[in-house]
Amino acid sequence: MRVNVTVNGAPMTADDVWPGESLLYVLRERLGLPGAKNACEQGECGSCTVYLDGLPVCACLVAAGQAEGREVLTVEGLASGEELDPVQEAFVECGAVQCGFCTPGLIVQAHSLIAGHDGVPADAEIREHLAGNLCRCTGYEKILDAVRLAARRKAGS
Amino acid sequence: MDFLRATTWAEALRMKADRPDATPVQGGTDVMVEINLDKGRPKALLDLTPVAELTEWSVESGNIRIGAGVTYTRIIAELADRLPGLAQASRTVGSPQIRNRGTVAGNLGAASPAGDSHPPLLASGAIVEAESVDGTRMIPVGDFYTGVKRHALASHELIRAIHVPVKRGPQYFSKIGTRNAMVIAVCSFGIALNAEDRTVGTGIGSAAPTPRRAVEAEAFLAGNWPAGDLDPAVAKRFGELVAAAAAPIDDVRGSSGYRVHALAVMARRTLGWAWQELRNGGRS
Repeated sequence: MRVNVTVNGAPMTADDVWPGESLLYVLRERLGLPGAKNACEQGECGSCTVYLDGLPVCACLVAAGQAEGREVLTVEGLASGEELDPVQEAFVECGAVQCGFCTPGLIVQAHSLIAGHDGVPADAEIREHLAGNLCRCTGYEKILDAVRLAARRKAGS
Repeated sequence: MDFLRATTWAEALRMKADRPDATPVQGGTDVMVEINLDKGRPKALLDLTPVAELTEWSVESGNIRIGAGVTYTRIIAELADRLPGLAQASRTVGSPQIRNRGTVAGNLGAASPAGDSHPPLLASGAIVEAESVDGTRMIPVGDFYTGVKRHALASHELIRAIHVPVKRGPQYFSKIGTRNAMVIAVCSFGIALNAEDRTVGTGIGSAAPTPRRAVEAEAFLAGNWPAGDLDPAVAKRFGELVAAAAAPIDDVRGSSGYRVHALAVMARRTLGWAWQELRNGGRS
């Protein structure tokens, strides 16, 4: 079947999509956007987090056909040209990236927290918001640093 | 596999009548896991997410009628004051990403004994609105669960909405898991006190082939309605009766003995919170 979906602002079409296929597979294998990562395939790890109509979701649990006519924003769509999004910048500065596999999902999920928050979220709020994103390298402390830094910069700007 | 995309409720009912073998899908948080991990391969998926009327909730004669497409995120944000038990349970579902997609109707359709929304639905006496091209059936939630991952829907029926009574007293939910997020319940418990007619509702999760009430515990507590300090003997007996209503198994998440013990603890604990709220005049 054919799926028409707007990804990072551009209308895109995927053909020969199997009806049980996930949005994640379409993004990675058919539309050439490997930013969202494929890991657990059951919504446990958050590595495939993307925005779907403005809400962060696990792309592995969205049937490709459910994205028909919807808007998807992936980690590839956060930067403006060469200029990183402030959340990406903060992850780099704080050393919140080790192997990097979980990073795209965490960036999108952290982005959604900061976008919906005027000040700097409390630690409990950050932890709750990122509870569905697993990282096996960092121990999370540097990730929390990055989220606080990005939130402080946004609140101060 | 076929992919059926309903754009209106009437169309969804016709599609389900034509294809009773189609699996309805909303958030996909159960259905897509089965497909991704090759645990099941439906003949067809019936996508209900384009059906706008399912994403609404409304107030109808003392109940909140929750459309089958209303997500956990929205229940937490929009209904926590009127349906505190269901909202508490919703907060324990998966992660923010899962709660942005998952629905109570999906929880019912999956009918896992471990589903988080079942205990508060049982405790508050919710009713499932099932519909087909033949008409509408109102199914009390206690009659909805018929076995492990089995429910009372006919093959051509879909869940239109869930009717949940607005709180008439304290409601609490408790869940045991290995951490605070992303866990399937080892076991869970919900309590709802109706301060108007002095009745008690309970719901046990993940400790029997289906979610179930603890009927004797409800009757016992209604006969010892909260007044003054909570008598430890009443709390203990309530916990024992809740535990006695369970029929758990040993599995990877916990042993039968642990589940029975934990249920008694959760029953006493949630009763304590509810009792305290009653004494504070409704403030938790």
